[in-house]
Amino acid sequence: MMNSKRRALTVAGALLALGVAVPAVAATSGPPIRIGSTLALTGPLSGTAIIHKLTGEIYVELLNKKNGLLGRPVEWVLKDDQSKPDVARTLYEQLITVDKVDLVIGPYATPNIISAMGVAQRYNKVLVHHTMGIPSLAKYEMQFPAWSVGPNPEMTVPNTVFDALATTSKAPKTLAIVTSKFPSVYLMSKGAQEVAKKRGVKEVLFLEWEFGNKDYGPIANRVKDAKPDFVWVGAIGLEGNELLDAMKKIDYKPPLHFYMYPAPGPLAKLPEANGALAASIFEQHPPFTNNPVAAEFVKIYNERAAKAGLVDNSVETQAAASFSTWQVLEAGITATKGLNDKAISQWLKKNQVNTIQGRLRFDKTNNYGDDLMRVKQVQNGRWVTVWPKEWMAPGAKLMTP
Amino acid sequence: MPSFTLLGQSLLSGIFLGALYGLLGLGLSLSWGMLRQINLAHFALAFLGAYLTYQLSSVAGWDPIATLALIVPCFFAFGALTHWFLARFSITPFNSLLVTFGLTVIIESLIQWIWTADHRRLESAYGAIRYKIGAMYVPFPELLTLVLAATLSILVWAGLRYTDLGKAMRAAAEDAPIAAAFGVNERMLSLLLSGLAAAFAGVAGLCLALSFTLAPSQIYTWVGVVFAAVMIGGLGNPIGPLIAGIVIGVSESLTMALTAPTWAPLVSFSLLIIVLLARAEKI
Repeated sequence: MMNSKRRALTVAGALLALGVAVPAVAATSGPPIRIGSTLALTGPLSGTAIIHKLTGEIYVELLNKKNGLLGRPVEWVLKDDQSKPDVARTLYEQLITVDKVDLVIGPYATPNIISAMGVAQRYNKVLVHHTMGIPSLAKYEMQFPAWSVGPNPEMTVPNTVFDALATTSKAPKTLAIVTSKFPSVYLMSKGAQEVAKKRGVKEVLFLEWEFGNKDYGPIANRVKDAKPDFVWVGAIGLEGNELLDAMKKIDYKPPLHFYMYPAPGPLAKLPEANGALAASIFEQHPPFTNNPVAAEFVKIYNERAAKAGLVDNSVETQAAASFSTWQVLEAGITATKGLNDKAISQWLKKNQVNTIQGRLRFDKTNNYGDDLMRVKQVQNGRWVTVWPKEWMAPGAKLMTP
Repeated sequence: MPSFTLLGQSLLSGIFLGALYGLLGLGLSLSWGMLRQINLAHFALAFLGAYLTYQLSSVAGWDPIATLALIVPCFFAFGALTHWFLARFSITPFNSLLVTFGLTVIIESLIQWIWTADHRRLESAYGAIRYKIGAMYVPFPELLTLVLAATLSILVWAGLRYTDLGKAMRAAAEDAPIAAAFGVNERMLSLLLSGLAAAFAGVAGLCLALSFTLAPSQIYTWVGVVFAAVMIGGLGNPIGPLIAGIVIGVSESLTMALTAPTWAPLVSFSLLIIVLLARAEKI
């Protein structure tokens, strides 16, 4: 009895924190506010885009359970860009001119965001987007990145990684960089090369492959042959898993290894990935989940992802960036009490927004703010944040071989 | 200077990958060369086979190799049915490309609907087996791929060359009306051949499932290089795709071992262009 009362209070607290009012006062009226976007519901990016779909659905559902936006219900007009930037461009045109949506938000991933940004610019629409990996290409003044990686992630992220490694007794002296030529990944790998040089870490190998490479055997062989202390793997999606598989086949395990933009679930579940490092803005453990909004989202997302049959049900960078996108847009609408793109844009430039990944600001180059990327590590089949100290998972520490 | 181990291991890696190109190309080559059908759905079928292997092994607990007992006959029937459909509507070779592309999209959507676009990985005991020869390692799944590819290619080659059934198939492929005049049942043989081609896709699916992480969109990443192997190896030639596949695989692997991995994809297509220029009349 006591437990259920406490649980009820906790849920009520979380709902209040989310702004989800009790049904008696949760009344929306008037025509819906229509927010349009595309996602890669099919095609090679669909494995990750499903995360953004689930997150958006949850957010809109929570919004409509309270007062919607400005007292009006919210409708998300979502179209499938088939993972193709050209299709995304056409569909954003269609959303604005034919569907006449009130606002737009970004698609997934970088190439599609750039396409959508061009259209948003043509029609002077504010565009908050999820996971744009190349800040220097975000030139439109009314675009706002919800994935807070700072204006120069190619320098700041590798620095954070090397800072983390420097705290261990196995700080690397030699480095191998193997990387996909997928643009956002490649940018970070080239940055890592530069940062390593500045820090006096000797580069013993630099290899690049085309996105879509099938054979990782020779790459694994060359890494093994180079005997580095630390392997920086610029691998998007499953490329990291493929490389580790290839390494396992030749009985090689990298001493320290970092993955830029891996598919987090599959990598964490690979036994050979134990100890693997990656960057993240959010993991579903305290202190991130001390935020009641985050805790509630994590709970709902875990259930929905399991129901959707996702291999990994946990909230991490993608889902957190997606959730933050909606939070940023909501903050802009609520603060300006309207749907005027220019007003929302001006407000966002001057103010900061509390999101589940932290406090976002948009006052640096290309509307980027702070680099909130942290370092996480696979430990016993799950990701835990290991750097910086204030974001470490309870009881976790950076493992070295 | 690359070490001997690096070169040796890369050579092995290329042979194994080439064997998979050859196995994927075997059915494609037969249907293209002998049935005049450019069956793009062959790749989708191979992935469907891989997903079925994953499902039967991971969920139903079957031994991955034992799944062939179910997948091969089912795929044989599907292949024969597909051919019956294409023959029923007298679809030309070029149109078969379009129709089977449509079929590929349908199969991809079906895979995505059942298994989602998420990545799937078959964890089996076979994945952990590897043999050490000197300083080099031979993983069991890749070795199995090589053995299956070589065995099937040689069996089909021998069957076509030395058995009455095979000779009848070749005769029907060469000139169906004349073969029919000699009592060859071209329709039945075509169904048999297309069934076999689809069954080979099922076998390739097992190899894909054992060695690779699966995602529906990866169907298309194999098309270009396997087409190159088939064309270099010669249409309708059962051994050709295997040899060409190994040549391509080894060239790619050594390129990756000695230069930048980004150069590797250029190898297969450069070889294809050279072969097309050198022996265009034989393809």
